[in-house]
Amino acid sequence: MRFILILAAALAIYWTGLSGYFKPMLISLGIISILLVLGLVHRMKIMDGETAPYGNMHRTLYYSVWLFREIVKANVEVVKAVMSPELEVSPTLVKVPTRPTTDIGKTMFANSITLTPGTVSMEIGEKEILVHALLEPMSASEGFDEMSARSAWSVGEPLDRARLM
Amino acid sequence: MLIQLVSSVSESATAGTPVSMADILHVLFSAFSILSILAGLFFVLGGTLGVLRLPDFFTRLHAAGMTDTLGAELIILGLVIQAGFSQMSLKLLFVAFFLLITSPTATHAVAAAAYQAGLQPLLGRYRAPEPGEETKQ
Repeated sequence: MRFILILAAALAIYWTGLSGYFKPMLISLGIISILLVLGLVHRMKIMDGETAPYGNMHRTLYYSVWLFREIVKANVEVVKAVMSPELEVSPTLVKVPTRPTTDIGKTMFANSITLTPGTVSMEIGEKEILVHALLEPMSASEGFDEMSARSAWSVGEPLDRARLM
Repeated sequence: MLIQLVSSVSESATAGTPVSMADILHVLFSAFSILSILAGLFFVLGGTLGVLRLPDFFTRLHAAGMTDTLGAELIILGLVIQAGFSQMSLKLLFVAFFLLITSPTATHAVAAAAYQAGLQPLLGRYRAPEPGEETKQ
């Protein structure tokens, strides 16, 4: 029930953000579509903390700032490699152990890996993710350890400080 | 456009009319947004070059990922600054947010599909062939 209310609030904010009109007809259309979505979600029985992951927004925001810095760094490296005349690349496959235990945590981690240019997650298993890296140094495990610990933290799992430093 | 702005400010400065703070801020914001869009275009160019130059499917995915992250995000950042504090910039932020969620998901789907279908990634060191050298495919 709590998640239904959270999802309804998030959808309402989203609707007003996109429409920007406050005429009765448009508002009621919005309410009808929100109710439709809630009905669908209820019928599909997928209503839980992962459908409405808004409880850890502050952590996710903090994490995305860190992730953005990583993305910028990786982008610069990939641009350098691609634009150099020799085009020196060393594609590597590496198995990375995952720390997040929940589905949403794993999704967050795998998506963060893919979002960082130079690494793409190819296969997601129970305990590890198969990662394809464009440059061999990018497949070093320290970087993945930190990202994995941070992404687990960002979805509300307890922080493991030892892994961060 | 930037040159126009700067020249309009400097004209009003030489004409003796005081340059208001708002004008300076306007020029600064425009300059920042133009710089951001240009940087975004640079990364899009890098991604395109990468897709053309890299040897196999999986390495090309990395280059394509570059256009959807920094390329697209920097361009959107520039447009948000152009739009100012309005509903338009809120919508642009939504676009940026959804790009950040959907593009890695799509990339992963494509990579996983190729890997499961049995496409073997090229591993080890690779360097571009010299001009005229035979490429082995």
